[in-house]
Amino acid sequence: MSGELVKFLSDLKEHEALQFVESALSEGVDPGTLLEDARQGMNIVGKRFAEEEYFIPDLIFSGEILKGIVKMLEPHLKKTKEHKPMGKVVIGTVAGDIHDIGKDLVVFMLDVSGFDVLDLGIDVPAQKFVGAIKDSGSKVVGLSGFLTLAFDSMKETIDAIKQAGLRNDVKIMIGGGQIDEQVRGYTGADAYGRDAMAAVNLAKGWIGG
Amino acid sequence: MEKKWEAMSPDEKQEAQFQKLLTPKDPQGNDVKFQSPGAEAAYKASVTRIKDAVQLKRIPDRVPLTLLPSMFPFLNAGMTVQEAMYDYDKCAAAFRKFILEFKPDMHIGAAQAGPGKFYEILDYKLYKWPGHGVAPQHSYQCLEDEYMKAEEYDLLITDPSFYFTNFYLPRVFGALGGFTMLPPLTGILEIYGVAFNFIPYALPPVQNTFKALFEAGAEALKWATAMGMLNGELTSLGFPNILGGFTKAPFDTIGDTLRGTKGIIMDMYRQPAKLLKALEAITPIMINMGLGAAQHTGNPLIFMPLHKGADGFLSDEQFKKFYWPTFKAVLIGLIEGGCTPFPALEGHWGSRLKVIQDIPRGKTMWMVDQTDMVEAKETLGSNACLIGNVSSSMLKLGTPEDVKNYVKKLIDTAGKGGGFIMGNGAFFDEAKPENIRAMVDFTKEYGVYK
Repeated sequence: MSGELVKFLSDLKEHEALQFVESALSEGVDPGTLLEDARQGMNIVGKRFAEEEYFIPDLIFSGEILKGIVKMLEPHLKKTKEHKPMGKVVIGTVAGDIHDIGKDLVVFMLDVSGFDVLDLGIDVPAQKFVGAIKDSGSKVVGLSGFLTLAFDSMKETIDAIKQAGLRNDVKIMIGGGQIDEQVRGYTGADAYGRDAMAAVNLAKGWIGG
Repeated sequence: MEKKWEAMSPDEKQEAQFQKLLTPKDPQGNDVKFQSPGAEAAYKASVTRIKDAVQLKRIPDRVPLTLLPSMFPFLNAGMTVQEAMYDYDKCAAAFRKFILEFKPDMHIGAAQAGPGKFYEILDYKLYKWPGHGVAPQHSYQCLEDEYMKAEEYDLLITDPSFYFTNFYLPRVFGALGGFTMLPPLTGILEIYGVAFNFIPYALPPVQNTFKALFEAGAEALKWATAMGMLNGELTSLGFPNILGGFTKAPFDTIGDTLRGTKGIIMDMYRQPAKLLKALEAITPIMINMGLGAAQHTGNPLIFMPLHKGADGFLSDEQFKKFYWPTFKAVLIGLIEGGCTPFPALEGHWGSRLKVIQDIPRGKTMWMVDQTDMVEAKETLGSNACLIGNVSSSMLKLGTPEDVKNYVKKLIDTAGKGGGFIMGNGAFFDEAKPENIRAMVDFTKEYGVYK
């Protein structure tokens, strides 16, 4: 019976997916299996997004459906540390910039792609990135920014990572409204990405095995 | 005898509007006194250049040039954004210096900084601005949220104005809490019971809201007077402000500041019929917003910043279903009313070009951000004037040589056969002045049509 939830979620059938989980739970189906099915469904969503069959709204909506499913499953799940097969990524919107839509999409796509994402939020000071890299041992850092002021904040953040002696330990990717190759060169980042899928591909290339 | 406005075709209305721009008036309705014959000639040459680029009937004498900055004029004058927002004279002086330094063919005024004091009086919650959540040298930034709730569509559809006063505005302006107590004005009909409608105006929260409004209105007028005087002065010096007002694509109106990005996305799946109905309900309001502004300012160019129609944001199918029909209706409504819509394609729009090119020819001008200009010229450009698209990154990080090379490429491709205005792609805060200089000088030299 497991294929059904995978299909409901990957086809964005919110009502059907939630109803399926509800009746499965009442029939005594293992919630861990349901969670695994949901994860498979999300993988398909990610794949469809990568193949440009799905777009940003589909991603966001699938995330909402997943949230609903997890909320129903949570009381039935044993508290175990979620296993993430891929590596850790530290991400945030750089100092002075409070935009989060683009960053949140990247966080979401990295998450459904199996990365362990540490989201530092918005207007993140350079030293907070440095501290998070040290504490988490993360090998990939994502810097987001929408405004031209972010060019300098990104450069300052990368300089701070250098000064802390961590530059050779991490790969750094940047992204956001006006970011291009010229900005990448200026900031000293390793790469820039135009959309959430680009971020996933960069991270996979670096630490995805 | 002159033809009546109502009887004119869109072509005739547009022509009449441009003739009005060519003979500018002061606020008293008298002809503007130009500061020199040279200023008058420069003004008319610039407006004619823009008119030719927009109408696609004649090739202009050279590629017109515009600069559409965000906070650059203020930062470049050595002041913070905070100073520009709170000292209107300083703001105007910096903008005047910017225009006199670079001499573009058109500008859209210095209103981008906005009156900081006014936002304080009304306790504006939709943005963080210098001194209120962001640093003095940084621009204001929007705080997205679901200011309109998912279950409030019926209220919006039934009576958009009542919804705005009683629900939306009190949520985004802390000082307008009294509005939640006001009855709909459409209940005021006849003598019996008429007085009941006015009782709320006796209540302290409502009176406090009105006190804040009086104060805010006075501040807005003070600011607008400073901006208006600046525009008048720049006109007399030969630099046309071509902006008549602003409106939005209905999908952005609901998606940007009412439901928010995530909210409107959920609505496309969970309540598509209501969303479509709401988009239709606000379409005439968006049209009238532009027409009204044009009438008030006497200037027909209506700016429309476009957001959620960009590539990747919606699927093609969603774009054609939710975004394009009402956006197109606004464009057509403005054109029929004699306005020239001036939409800005923020971000990348390559996948939409073939859809949005389906508009009346020679009636619009589009600011292009990161969309490939050659592709844009071949599609949208066959029906419309394009502006752009020197990037923010190039202006801030490139060299004058980089800028010159890119400007040359633009003139050779997008500039071919007219219908093109040289400009920046996105509203910029920071740039190297020498890069702007290179853009201006090279356009004026190389952009002459032979």
